[in-house]
Amino acid sequence: MSDKKPERRDFLFTASYAVGAVGVAAVVWPLVDQMNPDASVKALASTEVDVSSLKPGNTITVLWRGKPVFIRRRTQEEIAEARSVKMEDLIHPEKDEDRAKNPEWLVMLGVCTHLGCVPLNDKGDYNGWFCPCHGSHYDTSGRIRKGPAPWNMEVPKYEFVNANTIKIG
Amino acid sequence: MSDHEYTPKSKAGKWFNDRLPLLTLANHLTDYPTPKNLNYWWTFGGILTFCLITQIVTGLTLAMHYIAHADMAFESVEHIMRDVNYGWLIRYIHANGASMFFLAVYIHIFRSLFYGSYKSPREIIWIIGIIIYLLMMAAAFMGYVLPWGQMSFWGATVITNLFSAIPLVGEGIVTWLWGGYSVDNPTLTRFFTLHYLIPFLILGLVVLHIWALHVPGNNNPVGIDIKKPSKDTVPFHPYIVIKDGFALLMFMIVFAFFVFYAPNILGHADNYIEANPLVTPAHIVPEWYLLPFYAILRSVPDKLLGVVAMLSAILILAVLPWLDTSKIRSAVFRPLYKQFYWILVADVLILGYMGAMPAEGLYLLIARVATAYYFLHFLVILPVLGLKERTIPLPLSITEPVLGGSPNMAMAKKKESKIE
Repeated sequence: MSDKKPERRDFLFTASYAVGAVGVAAVVWPLVDQMNPDASVKALASTEVDVSSLKPGNTITVLWRGKPVFIRRRTQEEIAEARSVKMEDLIHPEKDEDRAKNPEWLVMLGVCTHLGCVPLNDKGDYNGWFCPCHGSHYDTSGRIRKGPAPWNMEVPKYEFVNANTIKIG
Repeated sequence: MSDHEYTPKSKAGKWFNDRLPLLTLANHLTDYPTPKNLNYWWTFGGILTFCLITQIVTGLTLAMHYIAHADMAFESVEHIMRDVNYGWLIRYIHANGASMFFLAVYIHIFRSLFYGSYKSPREIIWIIGIIIYLLMMAAAFMGYVLPWGQMSFWGATVITNLFSAIPLVGEGIVTWLWGGYSVDNPTLTRFFTLHYLIPFLILGLVVLHIWALHVPGNNNPVGIDIKKPSKDTVPFHPYIVIKDGFALLMFMIVFAFFVFYAPNILGHADNYIEANPLVTPAHIVPEWYLLPFYAILRSVPDKLLGVVAMLSAILILAVLPWLDTSKIRSAVFRPLYKQFYWILVADVLILGYMGAMPAEGLYLLIARVATAYYFLHFLVILPVLGLKERTIPLPLSITEPVLGGSPNMAMAKKKESKIE
């Protein structure tokens, strides 16, 4: 092969394979992409929650895009505890000020960043959350402190529509 | 394998066979020369074929009543259990059949490990077997999701989240697998589709597995090649058929015990609670047959490395024929390997037990030691052992240990020729 000069036929082969590969890719992509979230799933983008009945020290869990979201009205001690932690003690350093803009309210996805279980409230070595599946401990800011989870629990996009209502998404 | 050309006796048979040689195939399977020293550990191939067919037949009938929708799946399974004629029986056979399938496949795999059946020239048979095993795990996992109970839902969540450990594209892959932002109806319907597909893929691979087996023929307990087919082998039918049939009957007694007397003992009570995305059960554990790998996953404190360790633990088996440097197949003639073999069996059982326990304290420590030993066995002990071990001399033939047994080679040879 290597000694031979390329002929017209070699060009035809290469061109045919190239066109064939593009054709196969064009057919395969719709078959792969149909598995991605569809329009009806994407449409459920935001949820509004009434939090007026929530007392300090209580948490409610709401469903947003099929995932639980924790909304916790934190006590003064919890806020103080979360804000006094040194950055170098954290596995995934994030300031509590950045996670809870309004310190009294902590809103985050109630999904363990290890393998997706729902952590339990008021449990664990750091008075925050504890994941029963593989033993990850989170603090009062939802930050990972001990265990296999790599990141803090995610804070979704949310805003206060008025004093009593949080809009998630 | 048969050394003679086959011609059907009847004229019609000959006419048909000339056009499609199915009768030649049937004749090959009947006459297939099988080592006459095969023991009962060799009956699990037949038992596994039975398990696959049982799963396909019961699965097809269950699919006639099951509804793959997040709002109706759980209820439709209860409908099968309560309303459908013999639905309880068919579902219990299918659910326990999965466990029986894995029980048989583990015995089959460990038989290969003991008698060196994975070694040259049987590497391809072995690798096809590992692919079948991987597909079995995928089918079992997706099947477990279908009843849409708490364990179904959270098992699916944890296992699909394993892919999020992949750097950069992990999250995208998980969303793609789910068809949403969490395990939900789109996940259920695609799992049902794949759960339906995989057994037929396995069936195709089983044909290849047997085809590849029939090229070199069976390994056997002494692990040496057949010297003289007329002396060392018996035809598959009726000898092996009868033996396999008897073993299958014994196996079916165990199977029936679970189906009729303890149908839920291998499952989890939590799976009789409908899936709830807001509450994770206190203690998530996979089915028993996945526990050793689950223990390996949990014993590594890093997310990505844990997933890598778990997958490696399975995939390392595929390269086993090249990790084991010993030319001697059967552990009967490898005194040291025999001991390490039993340590590995114990190690896997310990891993399985640790996988069922909470990942903390002493349990976690033992799981870590057992994980390290598992890899040590395949990556260090096997390669070194093949070079260092002093093996016991092999018999001259399969027949010799029985009839020509003599410590003196010349004598044994003489006796052998007399027997002929």
